[in-house]
Amino acid sequence: MKPRHILLAGAMAVAANMAFADCTNTVPVKTISNAFPAYEIMTGVMAGCGNVESELDKDHRLKIVDAFSANPSLYSMTSLTNSTSVPMIDADLLRPLDDLIAAHGASLNPHQFIEIDGKTMAIAAFANTQHLMYREDILSDLGIAVPTTWDEYIAAAEKIQAAGVVDYPIGHYMKDGWNLAFVFVNHYLGEGGEFFNADWTPSIDNEKGMAVLERMAKLGTLMDPEYLVSDTTFVTKQMQQGKIAMANLWASRAGAVNDPAESTVSGKVVMAAGLRGAERIASTIWWDGWAIAKNISDEEAAAAMKLIVASMAEDVIQANNDDAIWLAKGFVPGDAAKGAFDTAAGDAVPYPMNKYIGSMHSALGSGLAAFMTGDKDAAATLADIEAAYVSDAKEKGLLK
Amino acid sequence: MKKKTFAIFVGPSVFMMVLFIAAPLLSVLWQSFHVTQPVYEQVEVEICTPGLLGSVCTTEMKTRPLLNDNGKILTETTFVGLQSYRNVIEPDKLRTAIARGSWRDLMNIRFWSALRFTLVFTILTLPLVLGTGLLIALAVNNTLQRIKGPVIFVSLLPFIITPVIGALSIRWLFLGDGILTAGLEWWLDRDIAMFAQAWTIELMMYIYRVWHVAPFAFVVFYAGLQTVNNDALEAAIIDGATRWQRLRYVIIPHLMPLVIFLTLIHLMDAYRVFEEIVGFSASAHVISLQWLTYEFLLQDGTGARAISRASASAILTMIGIAILLGVPLRRVWREQRGS
Repeated sequence: MKPRHILLAGAMAVAANMAFADCTNTVPVKTISNAFPAYEIMTGVMAGCGNVESELDKDHRLKIVDAFSANPSLYSMTSLTNSTSVPMIDADLLRPLDDLIAAHGASLNPHQFIEIDGKTMAIAAFANTQHLMYREDILSDLGIAVPTTWDEYIAAAEKIQAAGVVDYPIGHYMKDGWNLAFVFVNHYLGEGGEFFNADWTPSIDNEKGMAVLERMAKLGTLMDPEYLVSDTTFVTKQMQQGKIAMANLWASRAGAVNDPAESTVSGKVVMAAGLRGAERIASTIWWDGWAIAKNISDEEAAAAMKLIVASMAEDVIQANNDDAIWLAKGFVPGDAAKGAFDTAAGDAVPYPMNKYIGSMHSALGSGLAAFMTGDKDAAATLADIEAAYVSDAKEKGLLK
Repeated sequence: MKKKTFAIFVGPSVFMMVLFIAAPLLSVLWQSFHVTQPVYEQVEVEICTPGLLGSVCTTEMKTRPLLNDNGKILTETTFVGLQSYRNVIEPDKLRTAIARGSWRDLMNIRFWSALRFTLVFTILTLPLVLGTGLLIALAVNNTLQRIKGPVIFVSLLPFIITPVIGALSIRWLFLGDGILTAGLEWWLDRDIAMFAQAWTIELMMYIYRVWHVAPFAFVVFYAGLQTVNNDALEAAIIDGATRWQRLRYVIIPHLMPLVIFLTLIHLMDAYRVFEEIVGFSASAHVISLQWLTYEFLLQDGTGARAISRASASAILTMIGIAILLGVPLRRVWREQRGS
């Protein structure tokens, strides 16, 4: 995707309308980040400080390792998440931020820091997770209690299906590839499963894995039969158009489903905690934030740090309270954030931050569809995915 | 032409072909026999990540790559022989599937199911593309001179559209309650989900490819039709040949070299089918050999790729194309020698 300078222009217009604390910047700084509202807001604030060039790109993760390997780095800073931080830290491309935080970061929350062996490598801006969104009107009409576990959710969906009030009772991001694998990852963690043995050999071919597959097949019968092409945006639209009654969806979409400008059911969707598996909530916590390049001058790094701090200033967060689950000071969780907070307050775990899960996630991504379409049975599916993981991890040097 | 002049004319393009075709190809071949891996060490690391309610700290064993003196990740390359090819073809599973005589087992091996689709796609669309192209060419050739220009322009439109964009627009017509699906549902009075099973997606892909490529065949055939010898046609008419006989015995033999040309081009293009898989999000149901290569090349969540298997899969695709092209090429060669 091309650099999205148009977005940047829009973000600058937004920033121009908001008067924030003085953050005048004189050193040229370049940022690259993912492209969604929270990053548009932050880069918009940075642009208002002057001398900042921002690139918002959904596929930024494919660029950053090579871009930051250059000396000097092609960008001063990048957005990162649990999983995109792994290759950056492995290749030692990020600058430890402790000195800069001590000098400029007094206004940050300590729990925004991603620390590795005591060194702060990144600063999170907001968190994301997946939780239940449901049509309050439909559930109360049918006298269904708000589900808290996946079993209750399926039972509720069956009742809604029998009542025939919506096209399909539920929607789920089960698009073949990353999304479908992510559903498995969450459910398997929810069952209390461990993906690996102590020696990093795979361990998903067991009762818990079978239980997850059985549940995924069951969920498939309650959805639009085209669910293998349905991603998060597709499910959000289904919800907005009143075609489904419930979904377990990314918290970052909570604003959109109740947005009167986009949604025909705005105000009717209520957020609740992520649904429980046998062991814990079957959702994972993600952080999203900024990190500064190692291969740039100290002067540029200090300027980048000041911009990061400015982009998360209390007045910025207050002005954009409902656009993300902010981790910085000034955030007041509203109705839209309720589901995410209840999920985190429960026992949901962070998405794992290691190289093996990357390999496992892609093995799941290419191996699960055959089960969902009925081409393969559950036992063969799990065995094949384990084999695919082993051959992938061996090729990548992760397993002997 | 003098040898020297010839060399000067041909030199630049030979140089370009070596640089941009032969060299990358050799590098892919080399990579398919080797594996390059980072050298890892196991270290215990304390990691703190942000949670909504406070930091979450854990101590875990981490696999971390070693860095060399320049601060780059230290890698080592080893010769693995045919291992990457084995990982792609999965001969053990193939043997079990054959021993059991189970088509389903065979189709559950990604490479073989990709090969199945790629071959069927290539061979099924070939006659359809040739036939449709010839039909349009004959039709246009027989329309009034006045409207020929506009008709040719309209017939060429599908070919002008970028393949992925074309596939995506057709997908949007059918996805969910897209206009055409809704229309079909209204007409047949039943619920239709075009993207819920393999055969409907495959059907859409065949139709799409024929729609997209037939205009190319049309242009080539149309040009060919302009060179048909009128004397021969008139002689055929005097001999009492019907329209069909004229087509069968005069026009088609005249167009035969073009048929071979189009066949070669189409075999090469269709065997590399990829846009349709992306455009129709077909990967859950059907995949092609190119998609398989792409899947290996795709970075996983933590930025690693399976370069060796991707290379092996690419080489296998190339071998496949070479075998397919062998049939028509041999025919051309024989004819050349015969004449």
